[in-house]
Amino acid sequence: MTFAPHLRRHVDCPPQVVAAATLRSALESALIAAPALRHYVFDEQHHIRKHVAVFLNGVLIRDRIRLDVPLSDGDKIDVIQALSGG
Amino acid sequence: MNPILFACTRKGLFVLRKTDGIYAIAEHHFHGEPVTQFLVDPRDGAWYAALRMGHFGVKLRKSVDQGATWIELSCPALPKKPEIAPWAEDSTPWSVDLIWAFSLAGTEAGELWAGTMPAAMFRSRDGGHSWRLCDSLWWNEKRLGWFGGGNDHPGLHSIVVDPRDPRHVTVAISCGGVWSTRDDGAHWSLIGSGMHAPFMPESEQFNPNTQDAHSLSQCAAAPDTMWVQHHHGCYRSNDGAQTFTRLTAPTETDFGFPIVADPANPLRAWVVPARADTYRYATDGAMHVARTDDGGISWQVFRKGLPQTHAYDLVYRHGIAITKDGKTLAMGSTTGGLWVSEDAGESWDEIDARLPPVAAVGFG
Repeated sequence: MTFAPHLRRHVDCPPQVVAAATLRSALESALIAAPALRHYVFDEQHHIRKHVAVFLNGVLIRDRIRLDVPLSDGDKIDVIQALSGG
Repeated sequence: MNPILFACTRKGLFVLRKTDGIYAIAEHHFHGEPVTQFLVDPRDGAWYAALRMGHFGVKLRKSVDQGATWIELSCPALPKKPEIAPWAEDSTPWSVDLIWAFSLAGTEAGELWAGTMPAAMFRSRDGGHSWRLCDSLWWNEKRLGWFGGGNDHPGLHSIVVDPRDPRHVTVAISCGGVWSTRDDGAHWSLIGSGMHAPFMPESEQFNPNTQDAHSLSQCAAAPDTMWVQHHHGCYRSNDGAQTFTRLTAPTETDFGFPIVADPANPLRAWVVPARADTYRYATDGAMHVARTDDGGISWQVFRKGLPQTHAYDLVYRHGIAITKDGKTLAMGSTTGGLWVSEDAGESWDEIDARLPPVAAVGFG
């Protein structure tokens, strides 16, 4: 699980390996290491913010709400600042 | 010590200090980040800044050493949206998009109010470390009748606290009218009758619940005197915002965003007229400020020191402020102009800077 420098600029959270069955639980587990980063990634409804993008093995996950994609050993998750706003 | 002058802009917070009689930029905080509100709590000297990060949402920062260092606070947050009527059909996102108003609350250091978009009120009692939603306003079904005015969703932008009793608080919402609480936010009442929205269906034009009060300001020495710059006209109340009377138009237009009450004189207030409605800049591109000294019966227009040719500046609702002694005004514009007047708005000196668009100015 890797958070992009644009997020780590505000709250640092080094890359880490987490055990999780779904994408949401992986994100939740990773943010235990940096609780202050949670509000940068999720909004109050526990949805991924619209200008944050989550990639699973290089594929953009378009669902921002359920995040129930099952994970397998070795999956790679990247959380980045979406290039939006021009 | 002279007060600081601050400007919240699209690209950071600018702090100006007065040296040799002139305000100049002394510090720039949060480079590149939109800053929407700033507050100094004189009871303990703390500074509070509200940020609206384009990608990562609303953030709150606090400094107890005059900006030398900042800590991140928790933000006002809305509850989980229910999946049952009537709330399931609420088209307003249940996520704070903007901290649009800050005010001191109560009597103790660290007691604060925050107003947000979507329109909600939050209260902190611990210097901004935690925030509690004013449930009775958020869960009031009248809220479902509100709508955005120029923004996609309704927002709460003005908070005035009665200097006689800080539990009495009056707020204004675009477009959700004027509301007040007399018990420190436990209960809220819709007030503000008399305002008129001609764009609404005829039966709804005087409905207080959907009026677009662009800004609300209170006379500190006579707190029952409140002024509103409405989307359609300027209004004054002398009964604590229960009822409003429409005033004479300051110029050929009575559109604009800010209105600021004189802290001592209940008959005096300032507005910054703008050409309605899609233009939103001063008539003929010539900036001016209007002041009434007789409760809105007549207005004087002042232009000295303000750009008079090809000036497409708009002054937002928090874009003009006055010192507590009523002697100094400051004004910032969407084009990044920043001006100070030390003669009650009759003449203005431009700060030597080309700032990012200014959302709010104030003194601390």
